[in-house]
Amino acid sequence: MSSLRFTEQALSDWMRSGGSHCEIVLSSRMRIARNLQQLPFPMLASHAQAEEVLKQLAPVFNKGTDTGFGVFELLKLEDLEELDKKVLVEKHLISPNLANDSRGGAVVLNDDESVSIMINEEDHLRIQCLYPGLQVREAWQRATAIDDIFEAAVNYAFDDKRGYLTSCPTNVGTGLRASVMVHLPALVMTHQINRILSAVNQVGLTVRGIYGEGSEAVGNIFQISNQITLGQTESEIIENLHSVVTQIIEHERNARERLLSDSALRITDRVKRSYGILSYAALMELKESAQRLSDVRLGVDLGILEGPSISVLNELNVKTQPGFLQKMFGDEMTATERDMYRAKLLRETLGSQH
Amino acid sequence: MLCQECGVKPATLHFTKIVSGEKTEFHICESCAREKGEVLPGTSGGFSIHSLLSGLLDLEGAGKEKTAATKNTQSLRCDNCGMTYSQFSKLGRFGCSSCYNYFNSALDPLFKRVHGSTSHVGKLPKRAGAKIMFKRQIEELKQDLQQSISQEEFETAAGLRDQIRRLEKEITQE
Repeated sequence: MSSLRFTEQALSDWMRSGGSHCEIVLSSRMRIARNLQQLPFPMLASHAQAEEVLKQLAPVFNKGTDTGFGVFELLKLEDLEELDKKVLVEKHLISPNLANDSRGGAVVLNDDESVSIMINEEDHLRIQCLYPGLQVREAWQRATAIDDIFEAAVNYAFDDKRGYLTSCPTNVGTGLRASVMVHLPALVMTHQINRILSAVNQVGLTVRGIYGEGSEAVGNIFQISNQITLGQTESEIIENLHSVVTQIIEHERNARERLLSDSALRITDRVKRSYGILSYAALMELKESAQRLSDVRLGVDLGILEGPSISVLNELNVKTQPGFLQKMFGDEMTATERDMYRAKLLRETLGSQH
Repeated sequence: MLCQECGVKPATLHFTKIVSGEKTEFHICESCAREKGEVLPGTSGGFSIHSLLSGLLDLEGAGKEKTAATKNTQSLRCDNCGMTYSQFSKLGRFGCSSCYNYFNSALDPLFKRVHGSTSHVGKLPKRAGAKIMFKRQIEELKQDLQQSISQEEFETAAGLRDQIRRLEKEITQE
């Protein structure tokens, strides 16, 4: 297995199966931040200290294989091409932070890419598990099991009172960031989204755009995650997120039904226009493509379109990103060329050859 | 709530800025926050969770007279990695896990503000955890013991004392 495998294919294998509520929930993700005792956190670590972290953590993966976690491959960031890093970010397998500042950084990926373990990111160790649909409990079970394997082998920085010690004060305690990616077009269209998002903020959860901190929500996709990591148990965090997301799904469903009953013609027109534009346009900016793909996804869910499967739409969400386009059609590209190749990709995938 | 700057995107950042007693509330979206970087507390250009945090940390001392206590806090230093509290409050990030010990006296207000809590109640590492569980139990028993003594329930107190001794013995034997 080579590193190329991870960047050539747009859709990770884990994303191919649907998972529960997959018409609204794209994925569930658990991230656990851990650090080794004594060694400075990656921000301050020398190259030798970063290497020491890697030296202590790397042997554990072999044990992981023994205990049934499948095959893992370790990729050092310094060995990767810039473009491959970009693609790994677009697939959510590494953070932009690790891609940009990869001193001593590494990522360990399992064969279906559902587990991604970052070394020397903001913390020494970040265990990340991704599941399709709403499966926060399952993702947590797996992440904590992997955490146990590491914990048996290395000395974690842990404090009686503060819990797991992390580089950033916002992660201390459980070190757990549990998040769910949701597609909420009907709540956006019916202008209910702001009310719901501010309610979400009030119960200790936070909402972001799909590519994490500092990015805006494109294509009506939102990432909902816990804000508090200290003073709550992991199961409280997970159950809180699960229950809030379940309620949001319910609101989104109701809003979709209302759209269909109150403005069926309008919504059908919107979905079909978007499908038409994606199938025929010669230039397509990322923002527009994300919005149109969101309309098409809604259309498929509502039975307005028989068109592309959810899996194909998930794939297009990743493939239309700049890094992936460059990977497919050539390294050097102007913005206009990217828009042209994005349009070509969309035309070819959605059935029109014009 | 919509962003008060662009009026288009939902406001995802809500905070209050107080300058010489005058309170201003901000409700803005992230892209406007990034553009407006300079006017927000504790930021210089780039806007991130760390600059927001460091803003919070800086505000601890702002507006108040610099007392001996705040000066002492600012000069706290981690012997393991060399980071000072004042560097920590600028960066919004710890240098190593030992910083938590060296800055401990100053951390409760920060954690209270960020998490609404100061103590971990979640998962314990299996190897180091058993000892911590005993310690947590002993702490609870000691509180019960104090209570029984003050209520003059000496028989209960004696039982609690024996329980504490047993647990303490187990810890030392490990």
